[in-house]
Amino acid sequence: MHRIYALREVREENARTRTLVCDGPLEARPGQFVMVWLPGVGEKPFSVAGDDPMALMVVGVGPVTHAINALKVGDRLWVRGPLGQGYELEGERLMLVAGGYGVAPLRFLAEQALRRGMCVEACVGARSAADLLLCSDLAALGVRLCLATEDGSAGERGLVTALLTGRLAAWKPDLVCACGPVPMLEAVERLCAQQGVACQLSWEAEMRCGQGVCGSCECRRPGWLACVDGPVTVG
Amino acid sequence: MPDLTCSLLGLTLHNPIVLASGILGTSAALLERVAQAGAGAVTAKSCGPAPRTGHPNPITIEWGHGLINAVGLTNPGAPVEAPLLAEARALLQPLGVPLIASIFGGTPREYGEVARTIATARPALIEVNISCPNVADEFGTPFAADAVAAAEVTAAVVANAGGIPVSVKLAPNVPDIVRIARAVGAASASALTAINTMPGMVIDPYAGRPVLSNRSGGLSGPAIKPIALRCVAQLAAEQDLPVIGTGGVLTGIDAAEMLMAGATAVGVGTAVWYRGPEALGQIVAELDEFMAAEGYTSLAELRGLALR
Repeated sequence: MHRIYALREVREENARTRTLVCDGPLEARPGQFVMVWLPGVGEKPFSVAGDDPMALMVVGVGPVTHAINALKVGDRLWVRGPLGQGYELEGERLMLVAGGYGVAPLRFLAEQALRRGMCVEACVGARSAADLLLCSDLAALGVRLCLATEDGSAGERGLVTALLTGRLAAWKPDLVCACGPVPMLEAVERLCAQQGVACQLSWEAEMRCGQGVCGSCECRRPGWLACVDGPVTVG
Repeated sequence: MPDLTCSLLGLTLHNPIVLASGILGTSAALLERVAQAGAGAVTAKSCGPAPRTGHPNPITIEWGHGLINAVGLTNPGAPVEAPLLAEARALLQPLGVPLIASIFGGTPREYGEVARTIATARPALIEVNISCPNVADEFGTPFAADAVAAAEVTAAVVANAGGIPVSVKLAPNVPDIVRIARAVGAASASALTAINTMPGMVIDPYAGRPVLSNRSGGLSGPAIKPIALRCVAQLAAEQDLPVIGTGGVLTGIDAAEMLMAGATAVGVGTAVWYRGPEALGQIVAELDEFMAAEGYTSLAELRGLALR
């Protein structure tokens, strides 16, 4: 069954990205996702970017996301979820690693970690300064930021994983939580394994039923379903 | 301790709980996962002559008393599916869990061709989906409701199945399910799977339109259990082929009811939505517990009990 929300606020993050703040809460953990249906348009998965009130960050990449991003304050959207397994906070020092749009669930996670009294740092990477998202939000929460852009227009020039290598050695976090493109996640997984640091990674997959029935989101390893076994891997 | 061993067409299943087609049957590893979770047998997702991406989202929604789905027969096509099934069979063999393939087509000839391709993977049973409600008249529907057409499809599959037994999956929404069953039986089907999902529609009143992109879909889960029990009971009472009783079984008690209606084995699908991939093993444990508590020692004591 769907829960219907109206939009309370629409924040422009960059030219094709908006944060949609809804008019009610959703009891969800960071890393979990929802299926959002726009009648007559379609249905897509989004990671939960905030729980009270529920928030989503939407990047316009196709017909459904463009239509969602065209919604105005007061317009409605239909939500199924929360679905899947989220991050599980542990330890005292939390390192977030975000690639591009992967920052959305990590801002939500930072909020919860700080509320639990954890110390939070974030390595945020993107193509260019314009693609660095939610950084001021993170800074305002009290998260120490390390930035990297591929074109060097903000922070270090290069990949976020280069930043992470340095911070893993210097700051020695208890847990690394990452969300971003697959090559980034694989690199984070490797680096954490080398340093013996626990890491939790959020994987993206094609979602259809979203609830462990259709098999569309099998990825990572044979038999693993991103929708019910993930999207976050803990290990 | 009750004996849950189930004999179906000469196969020996550890238990009567069979993964229904269309649920998690899209890869060898997922079929193995369900077998490891405790299924007695597993059915792969239906495959047809050519690849299909299926319908766009939304393809399913829980509406209060079950699911409605219109996935739209997403599949990679028989030539790709056959090696996948062979891989699945190899993974399942050490577990002693038989593999059931499921096929569909647009014409009896297509059904036959798909059967011939799939038979190379040597599944234990080929299930013939003549009753998918979600692809309109393109696949299935014309066959499920017409005894002559159903028999033609069955004959085409049997002729191409290389001796592998064939089960025909029947639709609930026909005037006389026994008539269809007798026709496919006369065309040398070895078993029946009953029932497929029940056609339906779920409308969102706030959106003013059906939820599924396909508009209508197939109902499954608790809402259709009484429909399935009646169909299975009729089939068990009025014809001789064994029935894989499927529809709305979420618990071991539901499975007991299906056996009491006369089912030889029990298909489970939508339970996976509600209870996760572990559902099949949980249902087996609950059936075992029910039988022990009620003093049943074998499936034979339950089978058809409600018909006597």
